[in-house]
Amino acid sequence: MKNSLLKLILRRLALGILTLLAISLLITVGVEALSGDVCTAMMGQMASEDKVAACHRTLNLDRPMHIRYIEWLVNFVQGDMGKALTNHREVADVIGNRVGNTFFLAIASALIAIPLSLALGVVAALYRNSFFDRFISMVTLSGISVPDFFIAYILMAVFAVSFGIFPAISNVDESMNFSERVIASALPVLTLTLAVSAHMMRMTRASIVSLMASPYIEMAKLKGVKPGRIIVFHALPNAWSPIIQVIMLNLAWLVVGVVIVEVVFVYPGLGALMIDAVFLRDMPIVRATAMIFASVYVILNLLADILSMASNPRLMHPK
Amino acid sequence: MKFWQVLKEMNWASRFGVFVVSLFGLCAIFAPWLAPYGQSQIVGDVWEPLFGKFVFGTDQIGRDMLSMLIYGARNMIALALLTTAVAFCLGSLLGFLAAIMRGWVDQVLSRFVDIIISIPTLIFALIVLSSTGTSVFALATVIAIIYAMPVYRIARAVAMDIEVMDFVEAARLRGEGLWWIMCKEILPNALTPLAAEFGLRFCFVFLLISGLSFLGLGLQPPLADWGAMVRGNSDGIAWGYLHPLVPATCIALLTIGINLIVDSAVQKASGLRDDQ
Repeated sequence: MKNSLLKLILRRLALGILTLLAISLLITVGVEALSGDVCTAMMGQMASEDKVAACHRTLNLDRPMHIRYIEWLVNFVQGDMGKALTNHREVADVIGNRVGNTFFLAIASALIAIPLSLALGVVAALYRNSFFDRFISMVTLSGISVPDFFIAYILMAVFAVSFGIFPAISNVDESMNFSERVIASALPVLTLTLAVSAHMMRMTRASIVSLMASPYIEMAKLKGVKPGRIIVFHALPNAWSPIIQVIMLNLAWLVVGVVIVEVVFVYPGLGALMIDAVFLRDMPIVRATAMIFASVYVILNLLADILSMASNPRLMHPK
Repeated sequence: MKFWQVLKEMNWASRFGVFVVSLFGLCAIFAPWLAPYGQSQIVGDVWEPLFGKFVFGTDQIGRDMLSMLIYGARNMIALALLTTAVAFCLGSLLGFLAAIMRGWVDQVLSRFVDIIISIPTLIFALIVLSSTGTSVFALATVIAIIYAMPVYRIARAVAMDIEVMDFVEAARLRGEGLWWIMCKEILPNALTPLAAEFGLRFCFVFLLISGLSFLGLGLQPPLADWGAMVRGNSDGIAWGYLHPLVPATCIALLTIGINLIVDSAVQKASGLRDDQ
């Protein structure tokens, strides 16, 4: 029966890879179909046919679509993402500097948000309908329904303008040491933490509450097991799987939040780069950044499924 | 007076939601009569103070914030409503189709939806808008397509349950066509669960539109929109002007308001249970 778990995981893995391929196809082929001819757009309608053909050759557009797609994919997997249209720099170099910054932001927020929201979510679930629970659910409901930039500007107004503790603009660069970097990126991290914790707390609370309502917990209560023991030995083994899902899904959600937050704080990360490229219509950069964001998102969702399968006691100890 | 009865049974939180939503709704409907100035009319200095000569001050180029907020309510609510409606029509049409036809139609549609759903919404919108350029039409279309996907899943699941019932079988044997089965047999029975989703989806659509317009990809001037107002005024915050917080608060209030109403509706539908 251990094999059936492995089979499930392998199937999910294959599905994830297929999804990634489909996304890459969509990003390259779909974008080209929608954007029309780059060369005529760049040179205007009056350009001579020779010039357009020459432009096609330099941009590699004269060969059939499927060959270019496969080439792009092979190069992309090897880390060669082509050249940016606007400044002709290697996309991989432009992105390389910024990937670290974005991951620093995401990981720092995750490290704060996960323990915080799990603890508060469990407490809220245990003391259900208490004042604390109502307060938390009100705050988190507001947290998930407001846009990220609202939280960001409130924090900016309070911490950067009124108190002047943290800088309003997060200029992070190579030369900074760790503590300088932490101070510079404090506000973006705080914004992301608040936004993600709200989701996580709500989902943690909901999954624990639904678990506590299940018959075997009721049984344990009725036969007089102490509350602490119920949680650790009865509830927790079954709770891991939903909790892991909650964490992973919210980390995936961070991917989207990061874009807006980077723009607000002018943080030199992938999201801000992507937005700039969208305005300049610099497709190689848009394509590469979109592919990175989408891959992280798909991989985290994949991990969520696999880990929750692996931590499900019913699959681990089959009858 | 059914409305008052419903209102009376609500708790204070959802009453607050109803109040906020109807306030913005009224602003949207009566915008030209309520707004003191035009939505792109320059009426004063840059960043006139809040609660002074102008109720919400003026923005970074001296437009009246209150008028822009009122017109912004109209533009954004109209756009979001339209987009959500299109998403629901498209999603449920395809969902019903998949449920009735089954087989390869279902497979193709469902796998396609799986792929679109596995791309983060904002990233998907950015990819499409970067290739089509920014226009209201492109914006509405891409958001409608994005949110048609979850609607498809719900509609398909609901229709799958209805499709196996006897009256659908009877209609089939009667020789009714696909369109009849979709509109006369399945749609009336699927309407309630789909309508329940509408409020929440509207919120998501509204947040995505304001996110995109904050990034500068939403409605373009002279049309006022809240997201762009936040971004436009954002430089002021460094000098202590709180102007960008005003439109941001409007977005937050509207989405919180809708969520509060949806929350109480869901609680009511699930038999007043308070444990989920």
